[in-house]
Amino acid sequence: MLNYILSRLLTFVPTFIGVTIISFGFIRVLPGDPIVVMAGERGLSAERYEQLSAQFGFDRPIYVQFWDYLSGVIQGDLGNSFVTKRPVWDEFFALFPATLELSICAMIFALALGLPAGVIAAVNRGKLFDRALMSTALVGYSMPIFWWALLLIIVFSGNLGWTPVSGRIDLLYYFPDPSGFMLYDSIFSGQTGAFRSALRHLVLPTVVLGTIPLAVIARQTRSAMLEVLGEDYIRTARAKGLSAGRINGIHALRNALIPVITVIGLSVGTLLAGAILTETIFSWPGIGKWMVDSIFRRDYPVVQGGLLLIAVMVMIVNLTVDMLYGIINPKIRKR
Amino acid sequence: MENPQPVTEPIGQKRSGQLREFWFYFRENRGAVIGLSIFAVFAFLALFGPWIAPHDATMQFRTDTLRPPAWQDGGSWQFVLGTDPLGRDMLSRLIIGARFSFFVGVIVVSIAATGGIIIGLIAGFAPKWVDTIIMRIMDIVLAFPSLLLALVLVAVLGPSLTNAMIAIAIVLQPHYVRLTRASVMSELQKDYVTSARVVGAGTLRLMFVTVLPNCLAPIIVQAALSFSTAILDAAALGFLGMGAQPPTPEWGTMLAEAREFILRAWWVVTFPGLAILVTVLAINLMGDGLRDALDPKLKRS
Repeated sequence: MLNYILSRLLTFVPTFIGVTIISFGFIRVLPGDPIVVMAGERGLSAERYEQLSAQFGFDRPIYVQFWDYLSGVIQGDLGNSFVTKRPVWDEFFALFPATLELSICAMIFALALGLPAGVIAAVNRGKLFDRALMSTALVGYSMPIFWWALLLIIVFSGNLGWTPVSGRIDLLYYFPDPSGFMLYDSIFSGQTGAFRSALRHLVLPTVVLGTIPLAVIARQTRSAMLEVLGEDYIRTARAKGLSAGRINGIHALRNALIPVITVIGLSVGTLLAGAILTETIFSWPGIGKWMVDSIFRRDYPVVQGGLLLIAVMVMIVNLTVDMLYGIINPKIRKR
Repeated sequence: MENPQPVTEPIGQKRSGQLREFWFYFRENRGAVIGLSIFAVFAFLALFGPWIAPHDATMQFRTDTLRPPAWQDGGSWQFVLGTDPLGRDMLSRLIIGARFSFFVGVIVVSIAATGGIIIGLIAGFAPKWVDTIIMRIMDIVLAFPSLLLALVLVAVLGPSLTNAMIAIAIVLQPHYVRLTRASVMSELQKDYVTSARVVGAGTLRLMFVTVLPNCLAPIIVQAALSFSTAILDAAALGFLGMGAQPPTPEWGTMLAEAREFILRAWWVVTFPGLAILVTVLAINLMGDGLRDALDPKLKRS
């Protein structure tokens, strides 16, 4: 077991260095000289240019720059944003809770609907409910979520006026946010209506971001359940006279969950990609919107650092899923 | 992947037999047939769009801006699906826009699949250390969320539909590499490869003539599925302003242009998105049918 964990951890190192090289490389190839961009429309003198170039280290050989960058990254120093002048690391972790909150809610939404839907579809295989559900799941899976978001805005914000169009909470409310999770902080803010407002802002983005994971989880649960339901031990359980609810809910679902957990782990990348679109449309102040804005503002340190942090996060989650899988299923360790 | 046919059959006959068998299983799946028909219409519009569309895609009818669809009050049959804020006919733009999505799919899948298959074959056949290096590089690309990587790549290359296609192809490629390599690895264990090697087949012949045809089934399914991913991602990039640029009638770009009018004119937002959804859905239905028809494990049951 220890060997397995160590060997998995060892593959992390070259991938990490590769990811750093890629995100470092982007700042060198992006069109436009970063210093000229930073100076803005006023322009700058040749000596000021030299000075800034030296300050950021652009005048040194590229491998020295990379080494500096890498050692900075390991110490948590990703440079400062050109626009706000604040450290990229701090900005990332100030905005990250917003994305995390949205992603967690989207995942809960997807699981709460997807798991039961998949189980019921599998148990009623071939019947009307199964077919209707699987068609719906395929539609959800094919959904251009940016369009889905606009449709929901038209119906629920425009026609019905139930939900706000953008942001995390009404501007009326102002309170400290120690955890960064708006739902949690608003409860303890002591301001009446704050929690309700936060909740109403959260609903549409959650549905939009959760739609594709929902479809994937429903499909995956159904096929995993179908596989498990054909096993001998289920027949034994039936022969023993256990109730259908107990067989489907406990014996079958528990084993069907293993592939589903993998899917959940692997959908972290999907969630982050979806967050880019969802946050942009709903002006949700998370890292997805921050990355898109920075790309348009040519804020290179942010693009570079954000890309790196997001990739490392995806890698850590994948690694954790791999290891959990190794713990659950000993056959995998041997490979 | 395995061929149940006896080897003594002539090649041509074997191929047509396989095709017939494939069509038999594909036809069983009603969704797949519906998907295929919609895809055929889509391909037809992509090829002949400009001759079918009632108006020019960029023609601005200045007196008829934001005209609702024909069946609503204020609509006219001259503009069946209404007009956009600049007075351009929605239906014509949608029809002519089909070709952008279609060619995005075709070109992205061609580049990603060709590159991925070749790299995957090399990884499968090459010595262990080359394989390790290739697969690590693929891991690195896969560590980035695909849309984010494509977005940054387009920012580097400059926003345009061509660059969006290149970026999406790069992002999709590792999936083909992994798939090809895995199939090659399992095929290499089999006796027919050993016998071909004993007879004296060279590495290139082994790669492309002996092994590759037997690895194609999962790759074809992947191609169908990434065709729809490519369309979705290109539309998403267009929507973010990093894909096709206005006034190109690309569906994602049309959505981006229509965004500020969503509460005033539902049709400028609804139809382009519906076009994307229906196309992607049709391709996914087809992909599911392909998988069922090509997967020998499901056939037996």
